[in-house]
Amino acid sequence: MPKVTWILHDGRQISAEVAAGHNLMEAAVANSVPDVIGECGGCLSCATCHVYVDAAWYEKTGRPGDMENEMLEITSAERTPMSRLSCQIKASEELDGLILHVPDI
Amino acid sequence: MVDPIVIIGAGQAGAALASRLRALGYAGPLVMVGEESALPYQRPPLSKKYMSRELEFARLLIRPPGWYEDQRIDIRLDVTATALSPTERTITFGDGSVLRYAKLALTTGARPRRLPTEAGGDLSGVFTIRTVADADAIAPLLEPGKRLLVIGGGYIGLEGAAVAAAKGLAVTIIEVADRILQRVAAPVTADYFRALHRKHGVVIRESAALDHLAGEAGRLTGARLKDGTHLPADLAIVGIGIIPNDDLAHAAGLAVNNGILIDGSCRTSAPDVYAAGDCARFQWRGISTRLEAVQNAIDQAEHAAAAMMGAEDDYDPAPWFWSDQYDVKLQIAGLNRGYADCVMRPGKREQSASVWYYREDRLIAVDAMNDALAYGIGKKMLEAGRSISRSAIADPSTDLRLFLSGT
Repeated sequence: MPKVTWILHDGRQISAEVAAGHNLMEAAVANSVPDVIGECGGCLSCATCHVYVDAAWYEKTGRPGDMENEMLEITSAERTPMSRLSCQIKASEELDGLILHVPDI
Repeated sequence: MVDPIVIIGAGQAGAALASRLRALGYAGPLVMVGEESALPYQRPPLSKKYMSRELEFARLLIRPPGWYEDQRIDIRLDVTATALSPTERTITFGDGSVLRYAKLALTTGARPRRLPTEAGGDLSGVFTIRTVADADAIAPLLEPGKRLLVIGGGYIGLEGAAVAAAKGLAVTIIEVADRILQRVAAPVTADYFRALHRKHGVVIRESAALDHLAGEAGRLTGARLKDGTHLPADLAIVGIGIIPNDDLAHAAGLAVNNGILIDGSCRTSAPDVYAAGDCARFQWRGISTRLEAVQNAIDQAEHAAAAMMGAEDDYDPAPWFWSDQYDVKLQIAGLNRGYADCVMRPGKREQSASVWYYREDRLIAVDAMNDALAYGIGKKMLEAGRSISRSAIADPSTDLRLFLSGT
């Protein structure tokens, strides 16, 4: 299973293996990653699963879709070019080793 | 021994309340009691991707199974609270056991309104969608060619209709009011969803009053409308609203009125007893309010937790809702009750549009269909207590993002 690491704003790291096909918001919640909330359950309505993809991984995770791009306008933490809503990124073997930075909210 | 904080109701609100109590530093004993056998889970997908079998149950859990032990939450499932004594500060359970509480939270949720037995409500083949057991019962029956009757053109019925139509069932929705979404959305929003469902082959009959569901040998065979029409059906989904679970509170002498009455700090009329979520009724902007929403379940429960820990500010929600039907995502910001008029704004993509509700000159709500920008900006504006004029919304050349500065 692909391994994903969340780096919290205080520098703490949480790593977990995530089943391929599961999205990285649900993976964060399942692993009690603080500040990735996912109130809407991953349906692009709350923007509370905002993360910054590590620059080395951004191209592999792909760009946000239209609706996601619009929801990124209302994130609590500042939007950057690395911003994604993690409910829209699915774990896959290609993302094994992925690093996500969790914003301070 | 110190008496615990007890939470009655293990749904979205109960889980949020427990989590926030721990996050705020409450280190004492914490008991959460739920009537269902499942750990707290998300209900909205039940009528959407869970019913369509795109998501398995484990993915609906609000917290992973090990979290409750990690957080020292004594979660008791399959347990019904049968009596509350505010004077003794006790809860009695179905097995006769009694638990003393230091503080109590009622997050008992709501149950679907059912059709009475004499109207065929107990026939086999008639379903409501509220629990995972409900969804598990109906999901295997959604087979191509079967005829599904949906009673009630609200969001739950429309979502069920969309799942069934996508699976190849012949779906008819009947709505007693003169249009679908009559209670919750403007005519233009209803028009949008009527057209969407018709495009997918769903028959919508508005101003259609059900007389009764008919059956043979206890099994649903169809519906008789008041005008005499007979609609044959193999399955029916009843989506005619939910009833707050305020019976325990009512029997204990707490003030209830279609919901457990609470103040701005989520306190009921009994000392050290709080309530939050679908079961709670509160004053919001001068109007008695009960919200049926994940947003409110979470935010109000977190507010109750803070109040239990001594916070004194009033709950002032920023409501938001969503629905998924076919390839359309509806996102709603605000609460449109009492609106005077609304403005339809076309979106930039196919099938995208938004409806902006006004009362006097103030924006009060937005329905956004496949238009997350309209939703997001509407939500931000409402949270900031700001408005956008009708004329700016009506002008398709207006760049809504310009309004974000200063929010």
